[in-house]
Formats: sequence, C-alpha cells, structure tokens
Amino acid sequence: MDEEYDAIVLGTGLKECILSGMLSVSGKKVLHIDRNKYYGGESASITPLEELFEKYSTPVDPAYGRGRDWNVDLIPKFLMANGQLVKLLIHTGVTRYLEFKSCEGSYVYKGGKISKVPADEREALGSDLMGLFEKRRFKNFLVFVQEYDPADPKTWKDFDSRTQTTQQLYEKFGLDANTQDFTGHAIALYRDDEYLAKPAGDAMKRIKLYSESLARYGKSPYLYPMYGLGELPQGFARLSAIYGGTYMLDKQVDEIVMDAEGKVCGIRSGGEIAKCKQVYCDPTYVPERVRKTGQVIRCICLMDHPVPNTKDALSTQIIIPQKQVGRRSDIYVSVVSYTHQVAAKGWFVAMVSTTVETATPEEEIRPGLALLGPIRQKFVTVSDYYEALDPGQSTQLFISTSYDATTHFETTCLDVLDIFKRGTGEDFDFSKVKHNLGDEE
Amino acid sequence: MANRAAPGSATNQQQQQQQPAATRSNNGAPQNKVCQFKLVLLGESAVGKSSLVLRFVKGQFHEYQESTIGAAFLTQTVMLDDITVKFEIWDTAGQERYHSLAPMYYRGAQAAIVVYDITNQETFARAKTWVKELQRQASPNIVIALAGNKSDLAAKRMVDHDEAYAYADENGLLFMETSAKTAMNVTDIFLAIAKKLPKGEQTSAQGTAQGRRITDADQAPRSTPNCCK
Repeated sequence: MDEEYDAIVLGTGLKECILSGMLSVSGKKVLHIDRNKYYGGESASITPLEELFEKYSTPVDPAYGRGRDWNVDLIPKFLMANGQLVKLLIHTGVTRYLEFKSCEGSYVYKGGKISKVPADEREALGSDLMGLFEKRRFKNFLVFVQEYDPADPKTWKDFDSRTQTTQQLYEKFGLDANTQDFTGHAIALYRDDEYLAKPAGDAMKRIKLYSESLARYGKSPYLYPMYGLGELPQGFARLSAIYGGTYMLDKQVDEIVMDAEGKVCGIRSGGEIAKCKQVYCDPTYVPERVRKTGQVIRCICLMDHPVPNTKDALSTQIIIPQKQVGRRSDIYVSVVSYTHQVAAKGWFVAMVSTTVETATPEEEIRPGLALLGPIRQKFVTVSDYYEALDPGQSTQLFISTSYDATTHFETTCLDVLDIFKRGTGEDFDFSKVKHNLGDEE
Repeated sequence: MANRAAPGSATNQQQQQQQPAATRSNNGAPQNKVCQFKLVLLGESAVGKSSLVLRFVKGQFHEYQESTIGAAFLTQTVMLDDITVKFEIWDTAGQERYHSLAPMYYRGAQAAIVVYDITNQETFARAKTWVKELQRQASPNIVIALAGNKSDLAAKRMVDHDEAYAYADENGLLFMETSAKTAMNVTDIFLAIAKKLPKGEQTSAQGTAQGRRITDADQAPRSTPNCCK
C-alpha cells in the first residue's frame, strides 16, 4: 500500500462502494480499505447466521437450519424499481452481477389493521381504505398527478406545483385526513408531515416514482436482491476493481494524515502510509469530524411464518404512518425470506425500524412488532445517525451520512451523487463506463 | 483456434448477447439446447488467469498482460454434440491480491478453474488453498479444474506434473497443464469442464427459483436462464 493514490476510500458500505466505483470509472487511482474482513460495513448482510448471534452475544439454536443459508441485512431497505439506485446499477453495468425479486406486497396500517396500498386507479376502486365517494376523489387525484407535466401548463388545471403546497393539492381534490395519510407516507414515502407545507412538486414526483416503479414489475414498486442487500456494495466494489481499484479488507486505519494546510495527504495503517489527494469515508472512520443528529432503532426478527394478513407473502413492506400511532415519524416493517436466499427454507426475516423519538425506543416499535405474529428471535440495535461537520472541499475529506430510517435507497443515492460532485467538481458521467470492453453489452 | 465453429470447438460469440439464446444460430448449424454456466477463475496474482481467458475468448495473448483491468465479465460458447454450453466467465479483477474477493464472486458458480504457474511452487500451494476455499464457499457440486499454466516454460518447471495430477485426482478435480501463450490445452480445459457439467433441467446451483436480472429495456422482464431454456 506504500503508493500514491488519487483517492482512498475507507469503509465498504454501499455509499463508499458506489463512490469507489464512480471514481475508478472516472479514471482515478483508488485504494479502498475496510477494517472488517467482510464487505458492506453497516450495509452488510451477515452470514452465516452464527455470526449474527455472536454479534448480539446470543447463543445460536439449531432450529434455524444451516447457518450458511442465512444472509441477514443490518439495515432494511428495498430498491424502487424505477429509482435512482436501479438507474445507477444499469448505467454502471453492475446489474449483471445481481438478481432481484419483486417485493410481493406493499401495505399500510390503519386503525389497527393493514391494507394493501392502492397505487393505481383500479386498485383505488377496490381498496378497503376508503369509502365509495373518497375512492372517486382519490382516483381523480391519481389521474391528475399522473398527467401533470411541470413543463406543460395545459396539464396544470389551475394548480402550480412550484408554489402551491401538497396540503393545497389534497384540498383541491377534497381528500380526507386518512387518504392524505396513506398517500403521503405509503406512496410518497415521507417519514413525517413536514412535506404538507412544502410545494407539491416533490410529492407529485414521489407519487409518480411509486407508480412508475409499480408498473415495471407488477406486485409492488420494490425490488430486493437475491442473497441480501450486502450484494449491492460487493457489486460496486467489483466495478471499482475492474477499473483498477485496489481492495484491502481486514486492514486497520490508524490515522488520516493531514498536511500543513489542513488537507488530507494520506492514511496510516501501522507503520505503512498510503499517500493520496482525497479521502472518502463513512462516519465511523472519523468520529471527531461528524455530529450526531439523531438515532434510528432497528429490530431484526427471525420468524418461521409469513406476516399475518399479507396473503402469505414471502416479502412485504408495511408502513405505519406516524399519526396512526401518535408519533412524529413513521414505523417501517420490511419482510424478506428464504425465497431471496437470505434465510434457511421456511424462515422469514422481518425488520422493524423507525427514527427514535423517546428515551425508550423499544417501546416505540411495539406497534410494528405486534403485526408480525410470534417472533422466534429478536435483535435490537439503536444506532446514532451522523452527519459530517463540513462539506469537505477545504480538507478534501468527504464523509457520507449514516443510513437513515427510510426503507428505500433514494436518499442514499442523493448523498452519493452529492459527495461525488463535491469531490470531483462535476456530475458523474455515465458514458465513461465502457460497456464494450469485451463484455456483455 | 478459438474462431472455428465446428462441434467441439469454441466459438467467438461474446458480441451476440442481445439475442435470446433460443433463437441464436451458430453459423447455420442446427439450433440446439443452450446451457449457461457461471465459471470463476481463481489463483495467485500473475499466474495467468486473465491470459487464459483472453486466449479462450478472443484467441489473443499479450506477453506483458497488465494486471486485470477493464474486462472482468466475458462470455464464450463451447459446442458439444447437441448442446451449446455458454460460459459466463468471472475474472477476479485483482481482488484476490489482498484476500479481498467478495462472497458474490463464488455465488452460484457452477464451475471454477484454479490456476497455478508451473514455474512457481508457491502458486501451487496457493492453488490448493483456493480449492479448499471453493469447497467451503461454493456450491457443493461445483466442477473444479486445476490448470498448471505457463507449460511453455517447461525449462523452469518447479511443480511436478505427476504430483499435481495426483493431487487433482485425489480431490476429484479435472487437471491439465496449459499455456495461454501457445494456446496448448486452453480450449480443451474449458471443453472438459463443459462435458462434466450437469446439463439437466435442474442445474441451478441453489436448486430454487432464481431472481431476475434488471436491464435497461425491462418492460417485459426476462428471467435469467440458468440452464436449458
């Protein structure tokens, strides 16, 4: 490692691996290091199952079958089928290393029970979430959002999404509080209600993303990779390696070396120093350069049955809108299973997560746990959520934010693209990916 | 030699991926069953993994091949009597150098070529540890071939042919000494693997329903044929 690199990337979480891939593709000489002996950092999928039990200091029970059949995510997320991450996967060619399955069901919680999220006009009419007249209003709302084109005022019907708020949009169609709730939280996927007072354009874009994603593969707008989310960082790491990136796992990072002007000039591991012009890393490598801005609680649940009332779906997402349970942020439940090669035959892995609001976070996720039926084993983690103290241009040290409680990768991708732009001064140029280097394209 | 299209030889088809496998004809040859397999390469740095693939897929050899960069996903087809075997070949992309190969690499691999350099005893010892690693990480019925590469450098030989043969035999591996430089045994080793691979309907490494690949024009999603669609 005693060489000079354009960039050194620390940590192999998804964000760092995408960055590493983009930097290598852009012709930068990259060294990518992880202190762990596995890929993925906080976005790893833990395998075998024994490792997971060990991580939580719990004795493993033979009932769970072969440990190697398990790949348990530490952070629950799905990919929006038409979202940013899928675009990144396709444009970089990383998609060829991965296989996906559609998530079978997307549900929302109302009054103690769960209902399918109605995402198109047909589903709206069949939904048990609304009464007859409300269904019609909701249908008209969906049609309006679908047909609305910000570039074509003829589609606006006296509604300007740049200046008028989402609340005003709901009122225009006379949607009741309940419909607003599932639309904002289970379709537009907002975590809280701040969006109501903001211009409606963003909400409309999110609703379109949901329905376009749904249109792509059917059952739900969500995709999930076979063998778990930990495959995603590995795929982008491979991209980086193919373009010349050097990988070192199981390597301690003892110091990020700064020069006299306060810019990074290398990293030290034991007696070795690798020189570089830039460092990209996750918050765990620079605890003194980040601030804690919140906490997320995540509870991994191992179960030997599907979630009740989901028609035995082998994968599900359930969103509990904040208001339904008297909170300020939503509770998310995501379920995957043996069909995704993340559990032994017959087993399910559910994750209940939310942004922490009180001193007793385990109490906060109780409504989510209550939906699951009997749970064989629970593993609870409360993680701090960190943000960089400064944007990095002055130090050339670029720090990603922790993974938030959202159940998809849209914010993850925005953070990555933003860091790339700060670090290189330009947007990522997808045309630099040479698909034709003797490979499949 | 990699450009002939007679049965029993390799054909250069990596440019034709956009066509569905079932309709692809092979220089007018009758259409037959197409089986697709993932094959991974393993072995110490600089034993010639990429050179073997380059020779097999493109019929090329570069004396001073750079460390792997830029192409780590090649495909090549081999014709058996009534079956077209399509290899999806994964190169390490250099990630083996600091023991940083991702589990994804082994995932679903149905065949592996473990390469060593016959002029370097240490690479043979490493090859044995890669075989163990495969037995630990990969699917239990993976077909493994051991390739003693650089057989053109016989004058500098440090690994005894019979010793390697005996080791391969004990461990149920296919074995050949190869030369990416002269092309000796290169196509042959892939052919031997193709013959040994099971070609029934159920050759999926996991034996369960697989997911789908996502592609750009994916309105009508295709499932990944693991074999014989």
